[in-house]
Amino acid sequence: MEFADYLPIALMSILGIGFAGVSIFLSKKLAPHNPTPEKLAPYECGIVPLQDPVIRFPVKFYLVAMLFVIFDVEIVFLFLWAVRMDQFGWVGIGAVVLFMLMLIETLGYVWKRGALDWNVARRARNRRVVAPVATLDEAA
Amino acid sequence: MTVFIEAAIKVAVAFVFIMLTTLVLVWAERKWVSDLQNRIGPDRAGPFGILQTLADGLKAFFKESIRPTQSIYLLYLVAPIAALIPALLIFLVIPIGAPIEIGGTTYTLQVMDLNIGLLYVLAVSSLAVYAITLAGWSSGSKYPLLGAVRASAQMISYEAAMGLALVPVVLLTSTTSIAGIVDAQQGTFGSFIPAWNIVLIPSFIIFLIAGFAETNRPPFDLVEAESEIVGYHTEYSGFAFALFFLAEYINVFNMSALTVTLFLGGWAGPVPSFLPTWIQWLVPVFWFLLKTWAFVFLFVWVRATLPRMRYDKLMTFGWKRLIPVSLAWIILCAVAIGFREFGAPWS
Repeated sequence: MEFADYLPIALMSILGIGFAGVSIFLSKKLAPHNPTPEKLAPYECGIVPLQDPVIRFPVKFYLVAMLFVIFDVEIVFLFLWAVRMDQFGWVGIGAVVLFMLMLIETLGYVWKRGALDWNVARRARNRRVVAPVATLDEAA
Repeated sequence: MTVFIEAAIKVAVAFVFIMLTTLVLVWAERKWVSDLQNRIGPDRAGPFGILQTLADGLKAFFKESIRPTQSIYLLYLVAPIAALIPALLIFLVIPIGAPIEIGGTTYTLQVMDLNIGLLYVLAVSSLAVYAITLAGWSSGSKYPLLGAVRASAQMISYEAAMGLALVPVVLLTSTTSIAGIVDAQQGTFGSFIPAWNIVLIPSFIIFLIAGFAETNRPPFDLVEAESEIVGYHTEYSGFAFALFFLAEYINVFNMSALTVTLFLGGWAGPVPSFLPTWIQWLVPVFWFLLKTWAFVFLFVWVRATLPRMRYDKLMTFGWKRLIPVSLAWIILCAVAIGFREFGAPWS
C-alpha cells in the first residue's frame, strides 16, 4: 500500500469541486438577479421573522451524537479484530464478546434512562417513575 | 508518472460514468414511480422523456440563486459541494467488473483498491453528515436548522447500525478490501449455489434498511418531507439546490452498488466461454449493472409503496431494534465461525 494508491481521492475531489464550483459560479453570472428584501428574508411561511435564527435545540440530539461516537469507536475495534480473527482463536472471540457485552450494558442503561425515547407520551410516563434523580430527559 | 496518468484516466471515466448514470437514474425513478401510480410521467424531453433530467438541470442552472440575508455566505456555498464530494468519493472503491488483461498487464475495473476499503466507505459516508449540518446551520433560518439537526441525528444513528452490520461480512471474508470481498464470494456451495455473503441474511437486511436511511430515501425521507416539515435545503435555490439533488441520486446508486458488491458477489455471474474475448470482458460488467439496477428499482418501489415514518419511530427503530439485533448477530457469527475454524473451545 503506497501513498499513490490514495491519489484518486485527490483527483476526484478536485474534479468534483471544479465541476460544482464552476457550475455555481456560471449559474450566478447567467441567471437573472433581482433580489427584493422579502425574497432574501429567512423562509418562515410568509411571517416576518421575530427571533434570532440560531435557536437552541434539544439536548437529546447531542446525546445521540455522543452515543454514536461510542458505537462508532466500537465498530472500528471490531473491524480490526474481524480481519485477523483466525490468529486470535477463542481467546479473541471471548475478549470481543466480553467487550460487546459491556457495550450492550451501556445501551441497556441508556435505554432504561429514557435517552432513546423520542415518543413524548412514553417519556412523560418514564418521568413519573424515576423521581429522585434528574433523568436525562429532564435535562432535555 | 504512469501511475498519475492511469489514475487520472480512471477518475475521469468514473466521473462521466456517475454523471450519465445519474441522468438515467433520475429519469428512471420518475418513470417507474409514474408507472406504479398509473400515470404517464415525463415524456416530453427526448424519446420517452429520457432527457428530462438534463432539462431539469438546465432549468435549475438558469434560475436565480439568492443570498439569504442572515446566512453565513461562504459556508452556505460550501455545503452543496460538501454534499457532492463524498458521493463521488465512495464510487472510487466499487469494482464494476472483473479485472481485464490486455497485453500482459492487468487492469482492474475499479478506480482504487484500498486495503481499508470498507473503513474508507464508512468514513466517507460519514462526511455527508457535515454537508447537511452546514447547509442547515449556515442558512440563517430556524427551519433549515431544525431540519438539519434532525437529519444528522437520523444519519448518524443508522450509520452505527450499518457499520455493525458489516462486521460479519469481514468475519466471513477476512479482508476489508472491497476487491478482496468480491473475490471471496466467487466460489460455490455444493456445485451451483453461489457463495455470496447474502447467507448473512440479518446483516443484509440491516445494511439495506440502514442504506435507505443513510441516503434519506423514503420511507426515511423526513429530511425533505416537503409536505410536513421544512428540510435543511429550504433556503437553497438554483444550481446549489440541484447539487444536493444530484448527490442524493449518486448516493442511491452507490448504496445499491455497495449492497451488490458486499452481499451479492459484485460482478460475479456465469460467463459463457464460447463468446469472443472482448464480450467476455463485458459480461461481468453486465452482471454488476443488472444486480445494481435491481436494487435501484427496489429503492423506487419502496418509495412508491411505503408511507413516511414518524420521527420518534425512526429513532426507536434504529437504536432499539437494529443496533441490538446487529450486536447479537455479531456475537452469534463470531461463535459460529469459531466453532467452524477452531473446533469446540473445551476440546
